[in-house]
Amino acid sequence: MKAGNVKYRIGKSGGFQALVVLFSVACVVPLIAILFYIIKAGITKINWHFLVNIPKPVGETGGGIANALLGSVIVIVIAALIAVPLGILGGVYLSENKKSRLAYWSRLSIDILQGVPSIVIGIVAYFWLVKPLRGFSALSGSVALAIMMLPIVVRSTEETLKLLPDSLKEAAFALGMPFHRVIFKVIIPCGISGILSGVMLAVARIAGETAPLLFTAFGNPYLSTSITKPMQTLPLLIFNYATSPYNDWHDLAWGASLILLLWVLLLNIFTKLITRKWKVQL
Amino acid sequence: MDTSVENGSVTRSDLPLRVINSGKSMIAVNARQKIRRSFNQIRAENIFKRSLVIIGLIMVVLVLGILLTLVIQSLPSIKSLGLKYLWGRVWDPVQDIYGAWPFLLGTLLTSFLALLISIPFSISVAIFLGEYYPKGWLPNLLKNTVELIAAVPSVIYGFWGLAVLVPIVRNFETHIGVEPVGVGIFSSSLILAVMIIPYAASLGRSMIQMVPSPLKEGAYSLGATRWEVIRSVILPYTKSGLFAGILLSLGRALGETMAVTMVIGNTSLIPKNIFSPGNTMASVIANEFTEADKPVYLSALIELGLVLFLVTVVINLIGKKIIDRFTNE
Repeated sequence: MKAGNVKYRIGKSGGFQALVVLFSVACVVPLIAILFYIIKAGITKINWHFLVNIPKPVGETGGGIANALLGSVIVIVIAALIAVPLGILGGVYLSENKKSRLAYWSRLSIDILQGVPSIVIGIVAYFWLVKPLRGFSALSGSVALAIMMLPIVVRSTEETLKLLPDSLKEAAFALGMPFHRVIFKVIIPCGISGILSGVMLAVARIAGETAPLLFTAFGNPYLSTSITKPMQTLPLLIFNYATSPYNDWHDLAWGASLILLLWVLLLNIFTKLITRKWKVQL
Repeated sequence: MDTSVENGSVTRSDLPLRVINSGKSMIAVNARQKIRRSFNQIRAENIFKRSLVIIGLIMVVLVLGILLTLVIQSLPSIKSLGLKYLWGRVWDPVQDIYGAWPFLLGTLLTSFLALLISIPFSISVAIFLGEYYPKGWLPNLLKNTVELIAAVPSVIYGFWGLAVLVPIVRNFETHIGVEPVGVGIFSSSLILAVMIIPYAASLGRSMIQMVPSPLKEGAYSLGATRWEVIRSVILPYTKSGLFAGILLSLGRALGETMAVTMVIGNTSLIPKNIFSPGNTMASVIANEFTEADKPVYLSALIELGLVLFLVTVVINLIGKKIIDRFTNE
């Protein structure tokens, strides 16, 4: 082989590496651009007044997002109350019954559920809860979000429990512990870090969901704590106010975006730190 | 154990009497107590096992319920509009004309354009983290940052796109001489492309890291350069895995609602080119679901949801199958 040929090949290899590095670094640019823009646009809007007041009608400046903040917390807490116990027990079921036929189908269902577009879950929740109860309600929104949380919690629980050595369980059985106590006192406490980070990831994921709430929680310009009434959440408020033609409302939406973004990103980063500290595999 | 002790305490209260009678019966009572306790435990164990099975069943029922609800609710439109609904080119609910083609086309255009834009980036990240720089704090930072892209709520992408990206695209459109609307298929594809990078990237990275090093070392020892190893060892080996990652990205792109709804322009006309405004299946549902006043109108929208559900399910299952086969090999 000629020396020129080798040089050409080495050059080509180097060129490709440079290209890969360039494209990889370019991926980070949009995220940083979004972060900076939202911090710049939102930081001036946020103050105590913004956090404790409800939005003012068009034409009046000021107003805050207290109703959306409270609504988001309520809707998410209810969703978590539904999805976390179900999800953890579902994960236990899947990790305890690896071979049964029902386990195969429920694993498949979880896989399907993970890929279902959020808007479809919104439609389904509308027919399951909004129509029978004759009205949009926070509860129906929570159920829609719980359906979205479920596969994440089940998956992380299953994956965590799979990693636990069998000898743990066998030792507990050998001491004469009944199955349910082995699960609740040995297996789940051992895997709690992985399960918890799955739950936190799930919460972070649903905290920003808008689509399933459009036809369920619907949104509400006033402060409401009744779970059978429509309720405002942060993503809904951002969507409604961002697509409105009023500048005051845009300002409100920027402030809300910053808060939502910080909330979601901090939750994600926190989960990552925990995962690293406890050496959990997700 | 707590419950059985409580149950046993009844027997314990009359214990002294029997103790006075004879020492033997105390042992008998103890044994009976133990048997009862283990019966209780066995019962609790069975109840627990059964409830686990029920929860497994609930998950299956949940998915079947979603499918059934969608099918039942879209029956009116399937009955009255038939299959030609999917090919119908006009969507005009006011005059009761329903055709889903503009939305199918809109969804396909935005998703595949987004995929096309994002593939070079996601594969680059996968190669960067999987092959060139698998360790160190900088690659770690890149990995975490790319994963955070998936964490940003889609409504925020939409809002940012509306405020920042749309004006840029509008400028670009004036430059190349198409109608400068800004919002449209092209803008939504750009936003979508950013949003779906992490899915293919993280899967591709783990696939590339699984390439056995003897294979790579063999190629190096034959005098191959890094690029030649990547092209003729790593990429062929991880082909199916990378494809699965791209499929999962596609599944995400098809079902993405909020960001697209905010920047696509929302018209029900068939898009003329990639710069014109349009609508996707998900965005038309988001926009018109609460306004649908006629049963057929609502049902037609739900049928779109059903199509979306089936398509994403098939794509995701194929992707998962490929990944399972790859990781088991």
